[in-house]
This record gives sequence, C-alpha cells and structure tokens, in this order.
Amino acid sequence: MSAIQTVNLTKRFKDKTAVNMLNLSVEQGELFALLGLNGAGKTTTIKMLTCLSRPTSGDAVLLGDSVVSKPLAVKEKTNVSPQETAVAPNLSVKENLELIAGIYGSDKRTAQMKANEMLSAFSLTEVAKDKAKILSGGMQRRLSIAMALISNPQILFLDEPTLGLDVLARRELWSAIEKLKGKITIILTTHYMEEAEALSDRIGIMSKGELKAVGTAAELISKTGTRTLEDAFVALVTELEVSV
Amino acid sequence: MRFLVFASRNRKELLRDPLNLAFGIGFPLVLLLLLSAIQANIPVSLFKIEKLAPGIAVFGLSFISLFSGTLIAKDRTTSFLMRLFASPLSASDFILGYALPLLPMAIMQGAICFIVSFFLGLSLNVNVLVALIVLVPTAVLFIAIGLLAGSIFNDKQVGAICGALLTNVSAWLSGTWFDLSLVGGAFKTIAYLLPFAHAVDATRAAIAGDYALIFPHLWWVIGYAVVIMIIAIVIFNRKMNSDNV
Repeated sequence: MSAIQTVNLTKRFKDKTAVNMLNLSVEQGELFALLGLNGAGKTTTIKMLTCLSRPTSGDAVLLGDSVVSKPLAVKEKTNVSPQETAVAPNLSVKENLELIAGIYGSDKRTAQMKANEMLSAFSLTEVAKDKAKILSGGMQRRLSIAMALISNPQILFLDEPTLGLDVLARRELWSAIEKLKGKITIILTTHYMEEAEALSDRIGIMSKGELKAVGTAAELISKTGTRTLEDAFVALVTELEVSV
Repeated sequence: MRFLVFASRNRKELLRDPLNLAFGIGFPLVLLLLLSAIQANIPVSLFKIEKLAPGIAVFGLSFISLFSGTLIAKDRTTSFLMRLFASPLSASDFILGYALPLLPMAIMQGAICFIVSFFLGLSLNVNVLVALIVLVPTAVLFIAIGLLAGSIFNDKQVGAICGALLTNVSAWLSGTWFDLSLVGGAFKTIAYLLPFAHAVDATRAAIAGDYALIFPHLWWVIGYAVVIMIIAIVIFNRKMNSDNV
C-alpha cells in the first residue's frame, strides 16, 4: 500500500487553479521533496493532504484513508510542521511537546515520557524549561519539527522547514531529518535545491499547480540533459512557463 | 478529553502574560480604590461600595474579551492554529478549550474585586456569593465576544476593538461611572437595549439581597451571551473549514 496516492487532486480558488489534477504516489518510508517557485501549489497540496483544505475535486488516500471522506482518520496518522514556526510562545519547550502529545491522545505520563525522548533526540534538553518565545529561530524550528514528530506520525509533512535559517541551523535540521529517513514517510517542500538533493529519495517539481516531473535528482538531471538539479529545475519550470 | 489538554495550554498562556494580570485585575482594582477615595472625600451615592463594586466587577470582566480574542488571533496569525487544525481536535474541543480556562479566571476576578471591596466597607455575606454566580452569564458574554473577535480579526485589531472600544463602550453604557438617568433619553434607552447596564444592575441587586430584581436584568445578559456565543461558534467553525484560517 502506498503512503500517499492522489487521484486528480485539484484545488481552485474562484478563478485561480492552485493545484490542477495532481496524480502522485509516494511509498511508505520514502522522503519525497516537492519543489516549485512561489505560488506553484506546494503549500496548497500540503494543506489538502493534511485535511486543512478540502479539495475542489479529486481525492488523496493516505495509508488507506481518504482526505475527503475520512479526514479524522488521516489526522490521527499524520502531522505537520507548518511553513511558519508554530509554537505556543508562553509555554516551555517541554510543555509544547507535552501539549501536542496530549492532543494526539497520550495520557499525562506518556506525554512526559515522549517529550523527554524528543528533547533528547532534537538536542533540546538544555532549553527544556525555557519559554518557546525566547528560543532562536533555528531552535524554534527544531522544536516545531519535534512537536510534529511526538505523535509518532506515519506520514510527516515539513513545509519549508529550513526557510530563513542560517547555514549551521539548516545543517542541524538536515541531520535531524536524515535520522528519520526510512522510518516514516516524509513530504518536504523547499526552495533549496541542495536540500532536496541531500535529503530526498525522489523529487517532484511543481509549476503553476501542476506536477511537471517526478524522479530522483539524477533522473531529473539526466532527463533534462543538465548538469545540476538547479539547472534541471530551471529547465523544467521554464519549459512549462513557455508551453503555458 | 483532548479539550482539557488544550484548555490547560490556554490557561498557561493567559496567566503567563503579565499584561493580562495587570489589565484584568490590577486596572479595575486601581479604579475601585480611586473612586472609593473620591467617595470618601465627596460622597456620591453611585460610588458607594455596594453600588461601585458590582460595576467594577463587570468592568473587569470586559478585559476577558481582550484576553481570549488576542489569544485566538495570535494563534491564527502565528500558524499555531493551523498546526492544531491539522490535529484530531474537533470544533467543540477548540471552543471548550478556549472558553473553559476563562471562566474560573473571570470568577477569580470577581472574587478579588469583592474581597478588596470588603476592605472598603462591603459586607461579605451570602449575597456576595450570589453576585459571583450572577456574574457567570456576564463572563460567558465577554468570553463569547472574545471568541468572535479573535476568529475574525488579527491581534492588533482585537486590541483596538476589545481593548479600547469594548471596554469603553461597556463601561459608559453600564451605569458604573455615572447614573444613566442623568443623561436619559436615547442614551439611556440604548444602554438598556445592550447587556452591560443589565449586568451591573443584576449584580447590584444580588449584592443588595434584592433577588427578585436579578432576573429581569439577567435575562438580557443571558440572551446576549447565548446569541453571541452561537455566532462565535458558527464563525469559528467556518474559519476551521475555510482555506484561510
């Protein structure tokens, strides 16, 4: 069974089509990167897959459950780290983690245990008692991802997780994400080619709401006859722009 | 019982914001002390403690709208609510989670107001307990206004609407600062078409032990509270199911 299978997934906003007839299959344990320019439809796709936005037409089935007919079942086995850092500012780092564990059904004791595990896994133990609002941007982003993982999701959505982070903070996050590879299915959206190349098993390139190409970084480079993923990306996106 | 976990988070967020404590408890108490001092020097029947304390208690509750509205609006603008909307929390979990922590806070606010009033001459008897109960629908009303404002506006707009406009309008039209009969006419009519003067009159009746007078006024407050809460829930549900949180 695929982790994610979309069938003609479409989202329209009045006269604008944000995502158009998206057909995508992601295997369990795969780290799939979605690349695209601003407004390509990446975040809208994530919102539909996480049941935050209802598709205008089409459907997506996540581990056997439809986002249209069984959104609650989908929500139980997925989690998301939104594009903007989403933490409770006046709660401590540990309290933030316990909050999400509790919301996903853990009792108080289990939530505390899981929070301790996450603190350790994401090197947040030293700041466990600090309020989230005083953390650096990189630390907040790390906490945000730890919060997304504490529910033991089978599918994790990371929407531009390293946006605005400095090089070191980005590398730290990459390391944390790499440790998850193979254990859970991850959908990652990003603007950074090197990030997609370093982390993902396969890459999907979106432009103007459509999935232009899917493959490994090497396959995309080979397909376009370019030398780098960035060149391949530009070639694919430009090709679509011209054809549209 | 997921709503209890969410309610606990909201309680912590509210209580850990020093501005909430300063405005919710500190500011009304300063006014209580100030107006009592005026009353001590220049006796004004409106500022007698048994009339003033209920007015201040209701005025203090108006800040509850600011707290709840700001919290919800901030959650929306920082994507925190988006994270929660992607979780298995239901619409009722959200409404209860936001509203529940505010109710004990509101009762605590009223209790502190009456305790301080005791030192200014208010008799602490069973009527005070009745007054606290009478304040509950008023608290629900202000919580509902906060839920509604937080679901529609951003945190700066909530600050302006609930922090400036609502607190002033609810104070002027409540009969706490001046006798509404002194202005009379359309002003008094409008004041009694709104719930704030009724909230103060019901609480004053409770403090006076004039229980028969409570309910004509309290029905107004309950009516407004129910209607605004229903509108707030509808709007919040719409936001939850819309593409723009």
